[in-house]
Amino acid sequence: MAEAGLAALWLAAAMALLQLVGGMTLLRGGAGQLVPLIKPAAYVQGALCAFAFLALMWLFYVTDLSVLLVASNSHIDKPLIFKLAGTWGNHEGSMLLWVSVLSVSGAAIALLEKRIESKTLNATLAVQAFIALGFFAFLLFASNPFERLVPAPVEGNGLNPLLQDVGLAFHPPTLYFGYVGLSIAFSFAVGALLTNQVGPAFARAMRPWVLAAWIFLTIGITAGSYWAYYELGWGGWWFWDPVENASLLPWLAATALLHSVSVLATRNALRAWTIMLALVAFAMSMAGTFLVRSGILTSVHAFAVDPERGSFILALMLLYTSLAFVIFALRIGSVKQGEPFQLISREGGIVANNIFLSVILAVVLIGTLYPLAAEAMGDKISVGPPYFNKATVPIAVLLMLALLIGPMLRWRRDDLKRLKYWLIGAAAILLWSGIAVWKFAPDIGLFPLLGIALSLALAVAAWLPLRGRKLLRTPLPIFGMVIAHFGIAISVFGMAAESGFSSETLTALAPGESAQVAGWHVKLDDVNPVVGDNWVAVEGQMHAVKNGNAFVLRPQSRQFFKPEMQTSEAALLTRWNGQLYAVIAQPDQEGDGRWQVRLWWKPFVSFIWYGGLLIAVGGIIALLGRMFRRTKKPAKNKWQTA
Amino acid sequence: MKPKHQRLLLAVIAVFALLGAGLIAAAALREEASYFYTPTTLASANVAPGKAIRLGGMVQKGSIVRAADGVSITFTVQDKDKTQKVAYRGITPDLFVEGSGVVADGRLGPDGIFVADSLLAKHDENYVPKELADIDMNSAEHTKDTLSK
Repeated sequence: MAEAGLAALWLAAAMALLQLVGGMTLLRGGAGQLVPLIKPAAYVQGALCAFAFLALMWLFYVTDLSVLLVASNSHIDKPLIFKLAGTWGNHEGSMLLWVSVLSVSGAAIALLEKRIESKTLNATLAVQAFIALGFFAFLLFASNPFERLVPAPVEGNGLNPLLQDVGLAFHPPTLYFGYVGLSIAFSFAVGALLTNQVGPAFARAMRPWVLAAWIFLTIGITAGSYWAYYELGWGGWWFWDPVENASLLPWLAATALLHSVSVLATRNALRAWTIMLALVAFAMSMAGTFLVRSGILTSVHAFAVDPERGSFILALMLLYTSLAFVIFALRIGSVKQGEPFQLISREGGIVANNIFLSVILAVVLIGTLYPLAAEAMGDKISVGPPYFNKATVPIAVLLMLALLIGPMLRWRRDDLKRLKYWLIGAAAILLWSGIAVWKFAPDIGLFPLLGIALSLALAVAAWLPLRGRKLLRTPLPIFGMVIAHFGIAISVFGMAAESGFSSETLTALAPGESAQVAGWHVKLDDVNPVVGDNWVAVEGQMHAVKNGNAFVLRPQSRQFFKPEMQTSEAALLTRWNGQLYAVIAQPDQEGDGRWQVRLWWKPFVSFIWYGGLLIAVGGIIALLGRMFRRTKKPAKNKWQTA
Repeated sequence: MKPKHQRLLLAVIAVFALLGAGLIAAAALREEASYFYTPTTLASANVAPGKAIRLGGMVQKGSIVRAADGVSITFTVQDKDKTQKVAYRGITPDLFVEGSGVVADGRLGPDGIFVADSLLAKHDENYVPKELADIDMNSAEHTKDTLSK
């Protein structure tokens, strides 16, 4: 099976090469006989990659320990779901997943895309194949997932226990779908640039891919944040870890691109701008892959890899992004300026959105790369939450302010006087909620206060674009926008409330003793050993009481064997207005029978992830709307011509 | 506005926004980037109390002292030549033990004791905190023995 998988990879690489050569003859202007082969090659490449990935998954399913990758990442005693998830829970497998999703998406474009000219489509597929080719080379020469191990070991190494979590099994593929979706947007952009087709048709073809990529990234980031929150036991939901930033950077770029591509699709403006954002989004997803997979970072995400692979990925990243920017510089002159608009207009609002998002992106990128650059110069520097919070939150405040007005503006030109009632209303909500929060908690801090006030105003503003519309006849993408913006209000409210009002108690308790946090009376009843599939743990049994309501909490401190590692399983008690978060740790070394206990009360913290999900749901509704309209339109035309 | 100027205006706005981003980042980095020190480099550098830094080295054998509250500890980080006292309140990482490597995030207090907000210990055999990778663990181990004699 391993050999068949490897052969499929080689053949798929050959197909990609065929597509690339076909694309080049196409651009030469020659009538090249290879051009008609581009589409079929894309289908075959997609099928071969899917086969290779399934082959690897099969090897993990049967735990074929004669395959090096299986032996070093799986274990005969591992639960089935984690055996399967082990397929992509390692360096080689995750890269194979990356390229498989890329190839299958290429086949899907070849099959489904009918809106753009066939020349542009073929150029797009050639670019896509060019990207895939780099990753095939990487897999085949630097990280072969199908390598055999002689002799085969008896039981295998196991998977990092932190990664043995159902939510996490699906976290990396979600982000990969996002990254790959952005690479497809990039292929479209370069394809359109090369064939002079930068216009609304191209934007409409690219939009679903951007939207889909953005939905996956949103879900991936939301899930990753929740995972870090409950699995690491540190009580935080965003650590500005470089690996988190690796997913945030493409998301910021995709969010900007998503907005500007709408302008290009509906208004035929912001052409060069949209192309630029598509290139940046792709560069960010490459940077994300590089940061996570090159081994340049030490974290649970970065599997130990040799420097050769890191350099390979870095070389690929530099090659693709620099080529892309060269093509941009050479061809952008041929892209004509789009339709003009006034600054106070929907387009203007979206430009503001793009600028603020780009500034946040630049600031996060600099903060993430600076330590790497400094290290190359011999300085050891770390850049943590103080930098990122200080540099990004004020810009996010401006972005939120723009969001209070932008979606209400009309295309092309508008007048703020038309919106004067809403402007007064928004100012009133901001003032009233700001003063109310300040009265209630004078020492909350400026940004949590602003966050709460802005999220309340946005919770109203988000719905205003529906005003005066007949709801049944409103296009789905408008509902999608409204829900996504409302999701931002919910999420920001959670972030602001959590960072402004959390309370924490850290203490050592013997069974029978209790502690207080934010009005909760928490008693440690008992501590008992428990046994799981591949771990043992001590489990604390706690009673949490507030206003006469009693709840049981069972935090654990787990010890895994393969590989050996200790993890903390936090106990979460979710109430409508927040979460009680309890962690238990090793006993007091002095031996007086006490256990370290950490308790947090985090007001409205779950709003952060509910908001994230709402944002994704908004995206899904918009995507459905686009697809629905796409299938409906040709039918209508047929009826008209008949 | 003339259409011709619009593209130029947008480009100018974009360039200014990126310059602004660079300035914001540079200003915030100057204040918030935290440098890595070992006890030796910390002793010779003139680091202001309260400035966020990271400290790395080995946890000296016999130096971990637990306070009566059960959650506060003090310990000493050492490298080949120097030592630095560290205070920490919180749950220590699983592999935080005497004689192993540690990286602490925090700042120097006015009394010269390093107050740690978080500790990063050697995770497992495959993982060593990046900052400690260059420090020769064996020589540190060796020094410790000679120190304790």
